[in-house]
Amino acid sequence: MSNLLLFPIIIPLLFATILMIFPKRLKLQRMIAAIGAGVTLLSALVLLVKVNADGVHAVTLGSWPAPFGISMVSDPLSALLVVTTSLITLFVVFYSFPTIGVKREQSYYYPAVIFLMVGVNGAFTTGDIFNLFVFVEVLLMASYTLIVHGGERPQLRESIKYLLVNIISSALFVAAVAFLYSVTGTLNMADLAVKIPQIEETGILTVIAVMFLVVFGFKAAIFPLYFWLPGSYYAPPIPILALFGALLTKVGVYAIMRTYTLFFTMNIGFTHELLGIVAILTILAGCVGALAYFDVKKIIIYNIIIAVGVILFGVAQLNQPGVEGSIFYLLHDMLIKAALFFLVGIVAVLFGTTDLRKMGGLIKTYPVLGWIYLVTAFGLAGIPPLSGFPGKLLIVQGGFEGPQFWGSIVILATSLIVLLSAVRIFIYAFWGEPVETVPLKKSVFNQMFIPTVILVAITVVFGVGAELFMPFISGAGEVLLNPSIYIDAVLKE
Amino acid sequence: MRTNDVMLQTATKVVTFIILMFAVHIFFAGHYTPGGGFVGGLLTTSAIVLLMLAFDIETVKKILPINYVTMTAVGLLLALATAAASIIFDVPFFTHAYDYFDLPLFGKTSLHSALLFDVGVYLVVVGVTMTIIQTIGEDE
Repeated sequence: MSNLLLFPIIIPLLFATILMIFPKRLKLQRMIAAIGAGVTLLSALVLLVKVNADGVHAVTLGSWPAPFGISMVSDPLSALLVVTTSLITLFVVFYSFPTIGVKREQSYYYPAVIFLMVGVNGAFTTGDIFNLFVFVEVLLMASYTLIVHGGERPQLRESIKYLLVNIISSALFVAAVAFLYSVTGTLNMADLAVKIPQIEETGILTVIAVMFLVVFGFKAAIFPLYFWLPGSYYAPPIPILALFGALLTKVGVYAIMRTYTLFFTMNIGFTHELLGIVAILTILAGCVGALAYFDVKKIIIYNIIIAVGVILFGVAQLNQPGVEGSIFYLLHDMLIKAALFFLVGIVAVLFGTTDLRKMGGLIKTYPVLGWIYLVTAFGLAGIPPLSGFPGKLLIVQGGFEGPQFWGSIVILATSLIVLLSAVRIFIYAFWGEPVETVPLKKSVFNQMFIPTVILVAITVVFGVGAELFMPFISGAGEVLLNPSIYIDAVLKE
Repeated sequence: MRTNDVMLQTATKVVTFIILMFAVHIFFAGHYTPGGGFVGGLLTTSAIVLLMLAFDIETVKKILPINYVTMTAVGLLLALATAAASIIFDVPFFTHAYDYFDLPLFGKTSLHSALLFDVGVYLVVVGVTMTIIQTIGEDE
């Protein structure tokens, strides 16, 4: 089955198309969306097992020979990310049933969610830099639909900002791809990895590498290009926010990871040091935001930015612990952000507001919710043995082994700020004088709470059982650190 | 006040068919020469838009009672199914098959599976552009 690695892209595409035909049939919409996400997850798991057993899979579309056709490549990193993406989308679909509202469900909400999964899975799988642009556009189209979906006033205002930023960065993306093509004469990533070391003018390639950093930086929300994120992500309802927060910035992070390990390695002294410095600045900027707001959604949104910085700092070290740490932390962050947004969504529904100062005393009426939230907050900050710890430990170790040891110190120090920002929600919302809550039917609460608990349980297993997952992570790290494995899989068939 | 659009309407009745014929021509030209489903779809849309300008949306809806979103979905399914046939034959995705046939009237003709894919593209392009134009052009 040479096409197996395409299944996590084709299956959701098929289901999203089917969903478009009968937008008004509520039960059928929910059922088919859930089945679609579930089948995609299954195919992704099969793919992960296969890739882990027989090494990197590659297929070049249309039976063209490798550097000329569009190559799709599934190495352990992309397989892991595809599995995580499918898992999160499945949970978001379940969480949407009670929260998103019938009106939205009947106007193409589920097709948009599943199309988003097509784009994200495609971006993680492609082995061609222009095809990466195409899949990024696919996921952006779906995200434009979702961000404006429902047409509330703040959504309309923020969607214009979101559109403008993304159109400008997409235009830059195409320009950067064109520059790269004019210098190297190829767009296949494996072929780029062969050709770039042969080119002697590293100056122009460094410029192109920084251009790509800017392009992907817009998507990943690094300093100082993150300005659009807090406002835009704040506008849509919680399930959409969870989907965006968990998946969209991570595509940018993945793209930086891939390009900066596979082929932009001709001038590490400049590009990777720049990446490291920018990553630390991103963490600091995120910390300021996470402490400054009294709004639960805003606090978690700024934590997305912090995590992006932490992951990219690990990539910038380009050594084994640093890269393995960022892969682990990337997967952890996707899961934990989705879980946190789910929890914050439940809290916001219960109080009817997102303002922390109008909350209090929830621990008396919903004790289980409180403790689950605390576990998740500890996981976010990286308290052992939860899932944030192994990744951060490896990233810090990677930093100490390289020249940017001061960055590791910043990461350690800011972990406390992350903990503080997350625990502040616990203190304000769960402790203190009880505030009157919105009456919520037990069944509706359970419909929101059960997917959340399962997702939190998965993050706990991911942290406590880190030893079980390490073979997958180090397999992914090995391919990133030895581009020849990737190149051989694509070009020598 | 009622505007006099007899000339526009009369011309449209003829021109629409010319545009549609040209769309078909461009559609079939599109394998070895410029053309294909995308351009053909755009031309077809322009013919329908011309009808809308000359008459009105209601009349056009009566002539062409099509749900354009469903049309987009059907087009996507057709394109996906054509490309996915390669999975059954276990060759890389999008691999296309072609052969030469002796057809009556046409003589020796090369038939490509890419044509089916292009029909899908055609349906998607017409469906999407018409949905956009109808959404912008409609009153509440």
